[in-house]
Amino acid sequence: MAEKIKAAIIGPGNIGTDLLIKALRSEYIEPVWMVGVVPDSPGLARAQELGLKTTADGVDGMLPTMKEDGVQICFDATSAYVHAENSRKVNELGAVMIDLTPAAIGPFCVPPVNLKAAVDAQAMNVNMVTCGGQATIPMVAAVSRVQKVTYGEIVATVSSKSAGPGTRKNIDEFTRTTANGIQTVGGADKGKAIIVINPAEPPLIMRDTIHCLTEDEPDQDAIRKSVDEMIVEVQKYVPGYKLKNGPVFDGKRVSIFMEVEGLGDFLPKYAGNLDIMTAAGLRTAEMYAQEIQAGRFEPKPVAA
Amino acid sequence: MDLKGKKVTLHDMCLRDGMHAKQHKISLDEMVAVAKGLDDAGMPMIEVTHGDGLGGASVNYGFPAHSDEEYLKAVCGAVKNAKISALLLPGIGTVDHLKMAVDCGVTTIRVATHCTEADVSEQHIQMAAEMGLDTVGFLMMAHMIEPEEILEQAKLMESYGANCIYCTDSAGFMLPDDVASRISLLRKELKPETELGFHAHHNLSLGVWNSLVAVENGANRIDGSVAGLGAGAGNTPLEVFTAVADRMGVQHGIDLYKIMDVAEEIVTPIMDQPIRIDRDALVLGYAGVYSSFLLFAQRASKKYGVSSRDILVELGRRRTVGGQEDMIEDLALDMAKEQGKL
Repeated sequence: MAEKIKAAIIGPGNIGTDLLIKALRSEYIEPVWMVGVVPDSPGLARAQELGLKTTADGVDGMLPTMKEDGVQICFDATSAYVHAENSRKVNELGAVMIDLTPAAIGPFCVPPVNLKAAVDAQAMNVNMVTCGGQATIPMVAAVSRVQKVTYGEIVATVSSKSAGPGTRKNIDEFTRTTANGIQTVGGADKGKAIIVINPAEPPLIMRDTIHCLTEDEPDQDAIRKSVDEMIVEVQKYVPGYKLKNGPVFDGKRVSIFMEVEGLGDFLPKYAGNLDIMTAAGLRTAEMYAQEIQAGRFEPKPVAA
Repeated sequence: MDLKGKKVTLHDMCLRDGMHAKQHKISLDEMVAVAKGLDDAGMPMIEVTHGDGLGGASVNYGFPAHSDEEYLKAVCGAVKNAKISALLLPGIGTVDHLKMAVDCGVTTIRVATHCTEADVSEQHIQMAAEMGLDTVGFLMMAHMIEPEEILEQAKLMESYGANCIYCTDSAGFMLPDDVASRISLLRKELKPETELGFHAHHNLSLGVWNSLVAVENGANRIDGSVAGLGAGAGNTPLEVFTAVADRMGVQHGIDLYKIMDVAEEIVTPIMDQPIRIDRDALVLGYAGVYSSFLLFAQRASKKYGVSSRDILVELGRRRTVGGQEDMIEDLALDMAKEQGKL
């Protein structure tokens, strides 16, 4: 087996730590760095215990040795506001950036829909849209690959406990980026995204509703089949991705009701919204890693 | 109760909360007629937006007859004295909508979150305050948490720049003591210059009384809607509140007979159904359910053959919050399956 591709995780919060635990199981990725900004953060301490190099000086703390440490892939699990700088710095040193923030400066990647195309494009920055996007865009695409979708709308309902400070501070970025992904990756002419945060205890499992308006009468059998097939694809990396109800057909409206339960690696199972992000990010990185191992892709420094 | 000499600013909801009861299909002519009537009766503030706020146009909440922009432009251009407000729910609308509303002539922005989630409003409240708008933090479903918890959330909104905080009884569930304890604590602990508001739903027939209790405890802005046109059993009927306030010596600035005429001659004729405490509206108030779920539950009940009361009670039991309209069809499907109807 080829040597694993070394990776760094920027942001030792819930997402970064969950990603780390998943990455430690990967056949293709070896996490070697955890980058934070708060010296006594529990995420950095945990990463250190797990044998990673750590720094509390942000990306700048890793850059001097990043090349000799062999880091070729970085994950950014910080926030949309600092992402562009982080990306520029690691790209300059020739590492690919997998962006888990809603910054969306690189092309979108929703693995079951466009992972291969995204990797083939050899972009040095690829964006994972949003948690709501990862959970719903596959369903929009499942309908739009059957027939034209003039309008795609998603409602993501997440538990309060799983909505971190990043999402809360940037809630507009969530709705904008997700809506954009519904169009560009999901294939709807127009996209709309809604997020609802619910504080109920015990926390509710992530719920997603996908509404599509088709141009012509929906081909019910073909859509049912396409949705079932797409669910199987998502379940390959998020086993708790489940159809709750639907597809419901009402005139030209197609509605699909999903529930997303996480693996419970670091984040609780109800936080399927966070799990689907980290799982999708890792899956994307693994695909890049396989391309690098096979010699089909060599990440090169990007001039600033 | 002695409210003599107290001053209140009334804020009419017909053209926003009333949009729920009209499935968001009020025509531009109707909007303009209602707004002109209210303006002429001395109503100081009128809210105009999709029922679910700016950007609410959707499959999930319903597509309106016209865009927020068309409604706002029409109304802002038609009134002489009334100030026009717009509602914004972060997660549905964005600061882009906010800027659009201001361009249309809106001078008050009310940023609404579930009562425990005030921190999602930071972007929007900050921007509205920076733009010099009358900026309101609107804490919905305020019956679901204790007064001390409401205060914590209100302080967040105040710290972002809100100059007024609302305690919003979205389910029409609160009893008078619930109103008193919340408003009085907010009055005691928030900055003295921060205004306080109360928004009721009339599901337990307490809209007028609870609003008076709110005034007694320090609220100076009262929401309601003429003829009660709003979600559930409607909002506090403002012509009734005005009559009561008048007799109690509250300063309200409204021409009572004119507002009665608006209720009778302009608003009531445009209703699709009587706004009253029917069985389902009563269940909203009794079970603590978001008032705009009413028509959705009734439609799901018809479509899937399950009881709308059962749907609403279960939504309450699951502690659903505003915006979760998609849960209603999902739940109705589950119930229909369980009952062997699907």
